Amino acid sequence: MGTYIPHTDDEVASMLAFLGLESVDALFEVVPEALRLQHDLELAGGAGEPDVLARMEEFAGANRARSDRLVCFAGGGAYDHEIPSVTRALAGRSEFVTSYTPYQPEVAQGVLQAIFEYQTMVARLAGLPVANASLYDGGSAAVEAVNLGVAASGRPTVWVSAGIHPHWRQMLTTFAAGTGHQLRTIPLVDGLTAWPDGGADDDPPGVLLVGYPNYLGCIEDLGQARAVCDRTGALLVVGADPVAAGLLKSAGEWGADVMVGEGQAFGTTLGFGGPYLGLFACAQAHLRRLPGRLVGETVDVEGRQAYVTTLRAREQDIRREKATSNVCTNQTLMAVTAAIQLGWLGTSGLVELARRCAQGTRYTRDALLSLDRVEPYVTAPVLREFALRLPVPADVVVERMADAGFLAGIPLGGEFDDGEHGLLISVTERRTRDEIDAYVTALGKAVA
Amino acid sequence: MSDPTASTVTGAPGGRATSAPLLGRAPEPTLFELSHPGRRAWSFRTTGIPEVELDDLVPDEHRRHQPVPVAEVSERDLVAHFTRLSHRQFSVDLGAYPLGSCTMKYNPKVCDTVAGLPGLAGVHPAAPASLTQGWLALLVELEETLCEITGMAAATLQPAAGAAGELTGLLLMRAWHQAQGSVRTKVIIPDSAHGTNPASVTLGGYQVVTVPSDERGCVDMAALATVLDEDVAGIMLTNPNTLGLFEEDIAAIAAAVHEVGGLLYYDGANLNAILGVVRPGDMGFDIVHMNLHKTFATPHGGGGPGAGPVAVSERLVPFLPGPRPVRAESQNGTPVYEWTTPPLSIGRVHTWHGNALVLARALAYILINGGDGLKKIAEVAVLNANWIRQRLTGTYDVPFDRPCMHEVVLSVRTIKQAHGVRALDVAKRLLEEGFHSPTVYFPLIVDEALMIEPTETESPQTLEALAEALERIADEANSRDEGWMAEFPHGTPVRRVDEARAARTLIPTFDARD
Repeated sequence: MGTYIPHTDDEVASMLAFLGLESVDALFEVVPEALRLQHDLELAGGAGEPDVLARMEEFAGANRARSDRLVCFAGGGAYDHEIPSVTRALAGRSEFVTSYTPYQPEVAQGVLQAIFEYQTMVARLAGLPVANASLYDGGSAAVEAVNLGVAASGRPTVWVSAGIHPHWRQMLTTFAAGTGHQLRTIPLVDGLTAWPDGGADDDPPGVLLVGYPNYLGCIEDLGQARAVCDRTGALLVVGADPVAAGLLKSAGEWGADVMVGEGQAFGTTLGFGGPYLGLFACAQAHLRRLPGRLVGETVDVEGRQAYVTTLRAREQDIRREKATSNVCTNQTLMAVTAAIQLGWLGTSGLVELARRCAQGTRYTRDALLSLDRVEPYVTAPVLREFALRLPVPADVVVERMADAGFLAGIPLGGEFDDGEHGLLISVTERRTRDEIDAYVTALGKAVA
Repeated sequence: MSDPTASTVTGAPGGRATSAPLLGRAPEPTLFELSHPGRRAWSFRTTGIPEVELDDLVPDEHRRHQPVPVAEVSERDLVAHFTRLSHRQFSVDLGAYPLGSCTMKYNPKVCDTVAGLPGLAGVHPAAPASLTQGWLALLVELEETLCEITGMAAATLQPAAGAAGELTGLLLMRAWHQAQGSVRTKVIIPDSAHGTNPASVTLGGYQVVTVPSDERGCVDMAALATVLDEDVAGIMLTNPNTLGLFEEDIAAIAAAVHEVGGLLYYDGANLNAILGVVRPGDMGFDIVHMNLHKTFATPHGGGGPGAGPVAVSERLVPFLPGPRPVRAESQNGTPVYEWTTPPLSIGRVHTWHGNALVLARALAYILINGGDGLKKIAEVAVLNANWIRQRLTGTYDVPFDRPCMHEVVLSVRTIKQAHGVRALDVAKRLLEEGFHSPTVYFPLIVDEALMIEPTETESPQTLEALAEALERIADEANSRDEGWMAEFPHGTPVRRVDEARAARTLIPTFDARD
């Protein structure tokens, strides 16, 4: 019933007459009759906007774990941060929402300059000179970084810290089937990656991938990872939490060759996991292998400042089978959103955001550890996320806590030792003392 | 002069409007230049959580001692800056965007409302299935709907864009052959293919074998026969192809590829042309990716996000990425949804469940249009493209002079030979008229290509205005000297930009300015 086609029947008839055709069906004469669908699609007929909104509200209503109903203590790369009205309003402007990739720079300066500003902010966060215009999500950025690292080092062996998000590691495994990369998982000892001292001489790594902080929230010793790279010639890829970066030394300062990260925290809704934002920054040396789009500054014929996608020869549409990445469509709108949100936070707000997350985390963790039979999962220092070992299975606790009004966290699961009793908990700047106190009380009951 | 308020298509009234010139002619400083020390926009909620010294929160060896210098602006400045930037940006909401291969149709506003529903947008992706039944139900319904539209058995909704879908499809191809105990090395793609195809093939661990197009613009069957052997894992085809032409021999191609044990991959970039008319599954394809941001009207966001679900035939279902949402048996008649991982799954291809809010938008769009409405979309998209083709035949070259599907590839070759005006010049001149330009120089096999895809949402009046503008430009090209045309555009926020300089003296961030 709803339609977005403007043509009246008369107009269609007039256009068909112009083409010398009897009917709309005649437009499809090139499609062999035997292949054509002989019946209507077995889908419901069209519906009005109110009907469809009601249907979508039904789906929405069947989700219990929505942040306006369950107070969110889950993180793991997807965070319940504040999204101010100004970010929603600006990022929702239809010029940003309904434009295509900026192929014609004369009429795309808005998106191009916003990406240029985003690239600048990400590069500053990373402490690295170059950032691209975005990738799909944190995991895809990690996959691209590993591809870059293997190409740059010429060695297909990749040492992946067990502290890297389990889903990122699963993605690396998936895509290694095509690239042939050899993945070796390096275990954690008490929350921190235990890089091998030696034994790499016969098969030295081309890439090290480590989280900062890692999946368990622990602040990894990147100096040690860098030392392994210096010894073996591997590239250091750091999967950084960009909010924690407000307080932590930058990946670049630790000597990272590439920083990747999940940028959802900057103005993008939880959205059941997408669309999110893959952050990617690298050292100058790797510029020619940078995946995806890059915006650069230039001038127009009158010498006025202008922006344009550049180093295009790297990209798939020009380099085709020799391209090192196949990325075309990325997550530009999320990158523009991040630029707006970071503009709203500003220099002081990013520090304040990270500080508030860390304070809330400290307060929550201390209170939970005072509960009977609740223990730290590991003891390494954490910043804005932490794991606990519970006396009952974590998935059971999550179910019980939902009844009490909380999304309690993420069960660590089979990827971690005794992970079924491990619960990953994140506290953002949105959590109040009252919410946390109630959460702690509820968790005390849930594990009793 | 024609009456600007009347349409010459129908004689009926239908207003003309133009988005030219864009506002935003004034250069906009970067946010960093607008920054003033001490200014701020942020505010956070009052939490009542006791303050802790930073020294106590962060181990000293890890602590950043200088804040990340972002920018320091007021909320008012922030709004003005990004609003002025938006005035320097063309978009579908402003006017026609006949960018071939990109399906820049109107993006219904109701879908924005859907993507903002708190019960969808506020859901954490790691919440268990028991707490996210609405999302799982939505995803299952979308999967079933997309399978009906494409004629396939099951689908993964994880891939975040078309290229991600391609690579997923190639990994499915690889896993399937491996399970048959067969080692294959090559994937065939036509010379008219999108650039993502060969790049994806390489990342999938295969070698690209290119097959040429024949004089009718379709896969050269004789050439195909010479490259088909038991090293071939499969073929990637776009149908209609990137010339906007339907591959009429598709059944024979499918038979020949299947004969040597290969699989057929359908690049869904052009699916809009055939909705409800013919289905990839019925053409013999084994793997199909869709671009929801094209066919199903989810907005492109200036270059993303997209969504690139991949649907497969029955024999490939066990290999699909996981976890995938499925409808399980229930005790009391109400369906229950859960996550499962197929037995031979290639694994995860997205950090979470795909670009979920994009998927929700697409489902809403499909529900509004309905099965009947989807077919009408294809019909009018094809009607519009053929109207443009017919109207501009004689004005521009039509390299493949036969009925097209949803887009038409014209060429500026004759004009260029006579007057030196190139496809690029036509594109830039058109910007001045308030239209986005067509895709230029693609597909690569057409000289001076102008690839025009009007989409079904542009009215006959808009088509008329577009055709008139392109006719006027051709007249100018034939009557003015080429230098005159090379000066365009004049009225856009910036004029032609120096792309060579951008690459030569690379300035990828504000800090790289000298």
